[in-house]
Amino acid sequence: MTTNATPTVLFAGNPNAGKTTLFNLLTGARAKVGNYPGVTVDRREAKLKLDDGSHSTVVDLPGAYSLTARSAEERVAIEALLAAGSATPAAVVVVLDATTLGRGLYFATQVLEVGLPTVIALTMIDEAKKLGMVIDHAKLAASLGCAVVPVVATRGDGKDELVRAIRDAVTSVPARSPLRRFDAELEADITVVEDALVAATMGSRSDEAAKRRLRVLAQWALLSIGDDELTGVAAGVREAVERVRSDAKRANRDVDRELVTARYKRVDPLLRDVLGEKAGPVKRLSSRIDDVLVHPVWGLLVFVGVMFVVFQALFAWAEPLMGLIESGVDALSAFAKAELPEGAFTDLLVNGIIAGVGNVVVFVPQIAILFVFITLLEDSGYLARVAFVIDRIMAKVGLNGKAFVPMLSGFACAIPAVMATRTIESRRDRLLTMLVVPLMSCSARLPIYVLMTSVVFDPSDKVFGFLSTGALVLFAMYVTSVVAALGVAFVLGRTALKGPRPTLVIELPPYRMPRAINIGRATTSRVRRFLADAGTVILALTILLWALLNYPKDSVSEARFEQMRAVATADADEEARQAALAEIDAEQAGERLRNSAAGRAGRLFEPALEPLGFDWKIGVGLIGAFAAREVFVSTLGLVYDVSDATEEDQGLHAKLRAAKHRDGSRVFTPLTGVALMVFFVLACQCMSTLAVVRRESGSWKWPAFMFGYMTSLAYLVTLVVYQVGRAFGWGV
Amino acid sequence: MQSTLSDLSIGERGVIEVVTAARPLAVRLMELGLVEGTEVRIKRRAPLGDPLELELRGYSLSIRADEARCVRVRREP
Repeated sequence: MTTNATPTVLFAGNPNAGKTTLFNLLTGARAKVGNYPGVTVDRREAKLKLDDGSHSTVVDLPGAYSLTARSAEERVAIEALLAAGSATPAAVVVVLDATTLGRGLYFATQVLEVGLPTVIALTMIDEAKKLGMVIDHAKLAASLGCAVVPVVATRGDGKDELVRAIRDAVTSVPARSPLRRFDAELEADITVVEDALVAATMGSRSDEAAKRRLRVLAQWALLSIGDDELTGVAAGVREAVERVRSDAKRANRDVDRELVTARYKRVDPLLRDVLGEKAGPVKRLSSRIDDVLVHPVWGLLVFVGVMFVVFQALFAWAEPLMGLIESGVDALSAFAKAELPEGAFTDLLVNGIIAGVGNVVVFVPQIAILFVFITLLEDSGYLARVAFVIDRIMAKVGLNGKAFVPMLSGFACAIPAVMATRTIESRRDRLLTMLVVPLMSCSARLPIYVLMTSVVFDPSDKVFGFLSTGALVLFAMYVTSVVAALGVAFVLGRTALKGPRPTLVIELPPYRMPRAINIGRATTSRVRRFLADAGTVILALTILLWALLNYPKDSVSEARFEQMRAVATADADEEARQAALAEIDAEQAGERLRNSAAGRAGRLFEPALEPLGFDWKIGVGLIGAFAAREVFVSTLGLVYDVSDATEEDQGLHAKLRAAKHRDGSRVFTPLTGVALMVFFVLACQCMSTLAVVRRESGSWKWPAFMFGYMTSLAYLVTLVVYQVGRAFGWGV
Repeated sequence: MQSTLSDLSIGERGVIEVVTAARPLAVRLMELGLVEGTEVRIKRRAPLGDPLELELRGYSLSIRADEARCVRVRREP
């Protein structure tokens, strides 16, 4: 036990037990949110001032129903509890929901076996009282051998008592709660695994504390190893676990069942002991709310309504804020351009750094809005119902109901949508959702659809005499995106991400009033993490892309433009001079782009793009669009010598309509337009998405895979669309 | 006749006998409290027919019908 460093106090408990509310109540100050090394699980810690004036570091562990951990993410809790040496926690606070005490005690007794000084915080006692449950917490404390403090976190009741109990736990000599053994057969099994753990130096029997840890670790191994996603488990330990399990099976025993049942057999009598007579069955308010909210008819209507509000908020409410950020960035660029001398540095600052920061900050409104809603839904309990209501449909393609909110958010923007996959517990399900979310047609694709439909279709074009062709094509793009996302999920779930049969086992927690402070903290921490992690990658990629689109510069052509400029400046007529200069600027920008690495790459890739109906200029646009899809429009404008082009720019429309292939045929036929839109639906034309997937999946492997499959899919489907269309003479 | 959770109709109660699911799922279900002797009530089905909502140990748990088939129960009147 260390005495010099600030002692660490762990907060552990079931999900929905009010752990976060209690954590916020106790620590008050802003929590420091970081990552556990190697996994994408938030690590929240904060300072807690004890009543003797000393400080502790409180760490909020991820919510769990048990110490079983089949993946690195789940293992975070048990690793923190079993940490030895200087990292040994000084105390643990187990947060128990009084209304589901039995399930909570299963977890609490596991934690108590670790032998750390433990305090039980009994939350929701007000709710339990309403249900006619009276808990004898003194008896509970005596039976478990640790302090039990009833609290009502939402009102702050019991806060001082809890702080006092934590101080006692931290400062007193640890009095380990008594250890109760299982029956002889099960104890023998545990010993076999303990021996293997010692042999593999994953544990030791050096002292009493180490023996306690070893025993907990052995039980963890027995329940977790096999069909797991764990790394760093010694082969000897795996073998021992397999051997114990198969030996037991031969003797007609089931170790898993015995371990879990034995623990519940201890918990259940204890529960009867501490729980006063129940005053008959009381129908919970939650249950009555659910009679409406998951009703076969009203439930679906509520579902559609709630999802519509979330979507509307993400799509429409973020818009003005994003516009504000964009004009702010524009103003800053203009200011820098006006104040600083012209040159490579200013160009880098304006078009690389300022634009890059803009590319990052522009996502903040959508991320913030989505996380306000997600936290609101999660804390109120409705998010679990969203999964409950829609699971049947999602199950058909191998996803689970929890994938719905991220997929829906994908229509607005993949960045917040990918971040929203954090609400999915299973790593496989989370990855699968993350990989298909970018196929949902996001709002950044819209300017491209608008540009293409207005260039290649006549607004008076009608199908069946009343449907506008452009609108129909637009609708088809959205259908394509949904079909692609679900189809790819179906295929990936059976190939690259094949795993055990996907399941949906989720608690439907009682409805509770969400707390503004929790929502605010969850949202700000999400935004901060995005800016710090994904943001830096996006900024770096923007600068790289800027360099590709601007360098190398051709000195001969630069000199030629200087000369043209000198001639134009000599013009006495003010208006003519300005017009001539503007024209030279536009032409020079186009020339620079054509000479740049991206311009050259566009020409290099032209043979590959030709079968899709694209020319090299579209290729350059595609490279530019990688910064953000909507940039395609302005990049295309640059290649066609139209400066500051927008999707509604008549000049750009005219130039695109007039564009010709080398053989003199039109480039932008309706077929090319449709092919280009299909390409944009399916291709991963967004470096920010890649950056955020790297952040959320924990490695570059998955964004690389995503980029690969989306680009191949986009290429193949576009190829088929264009070639079949041409063969039948559609829209050429 | 042996029944599983998926054989129970809405509102019906059963007492868990054994979870027959394959490993990771079986451990998860048992740890959530579906162990021998635990009383479970089928509360409702989701609006689209699946998953189910169970009530046990004072809380609500949602599992799919596929998973409910892996939980053997004794019917309670």
